[in-house]
Amino acid sequence: MTTAPAIGQPLDRVDGRPKVTGTARYSAEIPIPGTAYACLVGSRVASGRITGIDASSAQAEEGVLAVLTHQNLPRIAEQPPLVPSLAGTAAPGQTFFPMQDDIVHYAGQHIAIVVADTWERAQHAASLLRVSYEETPPVTTLEQGRDQAYEPERIFGGWLPGRVERGNIDAGLAEADARVEATFTYAANNHNPIEPSCTTAEWDGDELVLYDSTQGVNATQLTVARLLGTPLSKIRVIGHYVGGSFGSKAMIHDHAALAAMAAREVGRPVKLALSREQMFTSVGHREEQEQEIVLGATRDGRLTGIRHHKLSPTSHFDDWAEPSIGVASEIYACPNYQGVYRLFRANTMTPTFMRAPGEASGMLALECAMDELAQELGVEPIELRLRNYTDASPSSGHPWSSSGLRECYRRGAARFGWEGRDPRPGMRREGNWLIGTGMASAGYPVAPPANPQRARARLYADGTALVQAATPDFGTGVATVMTQVAADGLGMPVDRCRFENGDTDLPNIAAAVGSAGAGMISAAVHSAATALRNQLIARAVADANSPLHGANPVDVVVRDGVMTAGTASDSYVDLLQRNVQPDAEASGAWSPPAGDAPYAMMTFGAQFAEVAVDPEFGLVRVRRMTGAFAPGRVLNPKLARSQLMGGMLWGLGQALLEANYTHPRTGRWANASLGEYLVAVNADAPDVDVELVEVEDDIVNPLGVKGVGEVGQVGAAAAIANAVWHATGRRVRKMPITIEDLL
Amino acid sequence: MRPITYSRAIDTATAIAAVSADPTSDFLAGGTTEIDLLRQNVLHPRRLVDINDLPLTQIEATPEGGLRIGSLARMSEVAAAPVVRERFPMLSQALELGASAQLRHMASMGGNLLQRVRCSYYRDAESPCNKREPGTGCSAIEGFSRGHAVLGTSEHCIATHPSDAAVALMSLDAQVHTLGPDGGERTYAFDDFFLLPVDSPHREHPMEHGELITAIEVPAAPVARHSLYLKIRDRESYEFALVSVAAALSVVDGIIADVRVSLGGVATKPWRARRVEDFLIGAAAQRSNFAQAARVELIDARATSMNAFKVELAQRAIVRALETLTGDGSESPA
Repeated sequence: MTTAPAIGQPLDRVDGRPKVTGTARYSAEIPIPGTAYACLVGSRVASGRITGIDASSAQAEEGVLAVLTHQNLPRIAEQPPLVPSLAGTAAPGQTFFPMQDDIVHYAGQHIAIVVADTWERAQHAASLLRVSYEETPPVTTLEQGRDQAYEPERIFGGWLPGRVERGNIDAGLAEADARVEATFTYAANNHNPIEPSCTTAEWDGDELVLYDSTQGVNATQLTVARLLGTPLSKIRVIGHYVGGSFGSKAMIHDHAALAAMAAREVGRPVKLALSREQMFTSVGHREEQEQEIVLGATRDGRLTGIRHHKLSPTSHFDDWAEPSIGVASEIYACPNYQGVYRLFRANTMTPTFMRAPGEASGMLALECAMDELAQELGVEPIELRLRNYTDASPSSGHPWSSSGLRECYRRGAARFGWEGRDPRPGMRREGNWLIGTGMASAGYPVAPPANPQRARARLYADGTALVQAATPDFGTGVATVMTQVAADGLGMPVDRCRFENGDTDLPNIAAAVGSAGAGMISAAVHSAATALRNQLIARAVADANSPLHGANPVDVVVRDGVMTAGTASDSYVDLLQRNVQPDAEASGAWSPPAGDAPYAMMTFGAQFAEVAVDPEFGLVRVRRMTGAFAPGRVLNPKLARSQLMGGMLWGLGQALLEANYTHPRTGRWANASLGEYLVAVNADAPDVDVELVEVEDDIVNPLGVKGVGEVGQVGAAAAIANAVWHATGRRVRKMPITIEDLL
Repeated sequence: MRPITYSRAIDTATAIAAVSADPTSDFLAGGTTEIDLLRQNVLHPRRLVDINDLPLTQIEATPEGGLRIGSLARMSEVAAAPVVRERFPMLSQALELGASAQLRHMASMGGNLLQRVRCSYYRDAESPCNKREPGTGCSAIEGFSRGHAVLGTSEHCIATHPSDAAVALMSLDAQVHTLGPDGGERTYAFDDFFLLPVDSPHREHPMEHGELITAIEVPAAPVARHSLYLKIRDRESYEFALVSVAAALSVVDGIIADVRVSLGGVATKPWRARRVEDFLIGAAAQRSNFAQAARVELIDARATSMNAFKVELAQRAIVRALETLTGDGSESPA
């Protein structure tokens, strides 16, 4: 692949117009005649047993078609294990399916579905259910569970070990000239995409169509098939438009299968949409947690040991912790390392992926501790990081497939104006405000999918092309960038190419999670598009009527749909029309690098923030942020910048705003609304400056794309927390940092 | 969402007759509280009487130098009215710092006074709450109480009154005019219009069922021309106050001639800081006096472990507000 015109252009979103004009149909907006509406009912109590459900008044309401509870909902065929959806297998959000018995494990657990002919009637009937419980005291907080903590063998759906060690941590810390020890606490976080999850289910005989708001239509298909015992060939999942996810739709939560079950029960299509409140109890969350970190370093700032322990609650069914010791264990050269997860069983649903799952929280602890170390040693913060820079993964010893981290520090610092910063805290004042600056490193793993990714390209004789892959676009802009990738692969203008996606009838793509979407989908699309181009070239050089007849295929270049070799040329359209061929088609597949490839893969970046703190009021306002990131090849700088900026603002939310807490006695979430769970609004958003540091990477995938979806968040909160220290001299180790921490 | 009968009243008498005849009915104005809570199963009206067509939208300067605001005037209209900006800047600022632009365009002034508390447990129909279901207990006292009140609380309820505008109106000695079910006009002093929770937190105001707010009257207050509303919150917009201060100050020869201070975000009703005012009248306009006055106001505060910071923050906010008004407080750049 040589440089090509469409890739790298700031193309506007191809789905922009339908979205802003309202013609885009989301999963809750599919007009199917006869659709009934399902309303989920969540458990009031967080722990106990249902002793009775009186559904008589609900059932007596006009229009009510069914009230399904553990007493009458059919049993599931099989509970698949929890495996991250990137694996391309069934991916339930937890290994628990509701309404199979009378036990209540967490507040909001789905205990009934009410189906009626209108949404309002379903809602009303649901409010008439009388449920009695035998309650037992719940465990939901760190304080309640701390004493029962255990060390899991594996976490994260079994994908990661519960303990990671290299070298000798005790020796490493013992030989250190300087040590930093710090404990960080983090409130639980919720995703809050603008579109609450929804599934619309329609049966035709024994064939099922699901319209689902998901990051992976295939993941929905695979999961629902196992739960219902339905052949994959009889389930089609469509997700053309998805209104954001941030991980809440990365795994397939129970409402998807419940919609199908309800539709089968009532013999009508059923639409099941979660309410905003239910988005806090039905799709997982980022768990409350505590992280202890100990850094040891030589006098000149070289790390001799990192110990990183995490404590967090998990559900009764799964050993889940977001992998906070992942990137934080890899980003610096350090011979001695120990990372340990400790969990306790709590009355919660299984936590789940939430943007930069683990990286955001783990790098906060590491990068704030690095800032303390810099302060203690009197080493400039960027210089400290450069002294610990590594060209290779410190655990495997394999070189990075590409890095760019040093360039990110350099260019980020230059744009931000970092040089000449007075390292002493509390030195800058403007009126009532103390001003401080801080920085942090960013890193996010490049996680290839587990199996081949496929796409299909078709060229019509009128000179337009259709390129297809199953992936939904959940707001990232993937449909736009894949149009660009397809155009370049085919050698055609972008406005003659259409990318069709979000349907399991199209070639298989794993769920677009872990920032892997752009890399793996572009690989498949590029493969299909170039396969079709090569097919057409081969056809032209073999065609006695083509001016290219007899040319060597490798000498043929294609631009604007015209194949050229030397002075001879033939167009795709002429070739097809001459041969009375209505279209031509090719499939493409990309197999990700094998797990034992001798490379380590990570996306790097550097974050900078300036804050103003009103010390009398404890108020923190972020005045500006700069992030420099090295995401490999940038397919569309406009969309990449938006993704990274969004991630940085998520970091602002993580640092200063976002928090949820359970009630210690009832186990219910306190802030289950957008009024009380604070996400950053425009008024909070400072001037955000994003610098793209392109690095070449021949290893990760054919186009060298490393992903931009999450790395923007990593380190952003740490840069802000470090800036708060620089403004005030106070180290706050609780996220979010709020007024009471700084009074 | 239960089935609801909806009607649109064409005149005030009909509206009042319709609501007072049916104990399960509510007036519907902007709907920005009512509809939310109805969808969340917190409020259960069976009948909504829409009053948006009633002629209660005026914003009038009174000849005496005051202001009369119709109960259906929208927050955004009142905030923008030149007479409000000129005579009562604290009210204009309080309105503009409240809610979001969309909500301010919908929400009525009468509804603003009657808006329900933001306590998470009140708004979660499944949690115990004495305000929502008397006798079930208060979840907030041992729960997430960071935003809750430290003044005017009881063992039955610690929910904070959420309105910003009402804090300014409290400083301005406003009056609430109503029409009762019998058609009679009634007038309440602002302080009497908001009830402390004591042992009946479900009773928030003295009106009877079917009584309708028609207007809010603000008497002339020359001191208010030099006033401000200071609001402290985590998020820069669209968040209720953790602490707010509506203050007006008149200083003659360094001595405080007139002062008005009310607090929001810290009390179960819009809180007139009378101890601050009593302490400061006739005192020198200086920081030490402001701080001492603030200390006296908060001396009876009762906090939980989560909202204890408000006791200190409220004092600092009072001092900042008064210092800003005396002209030697620094302006905020951010």
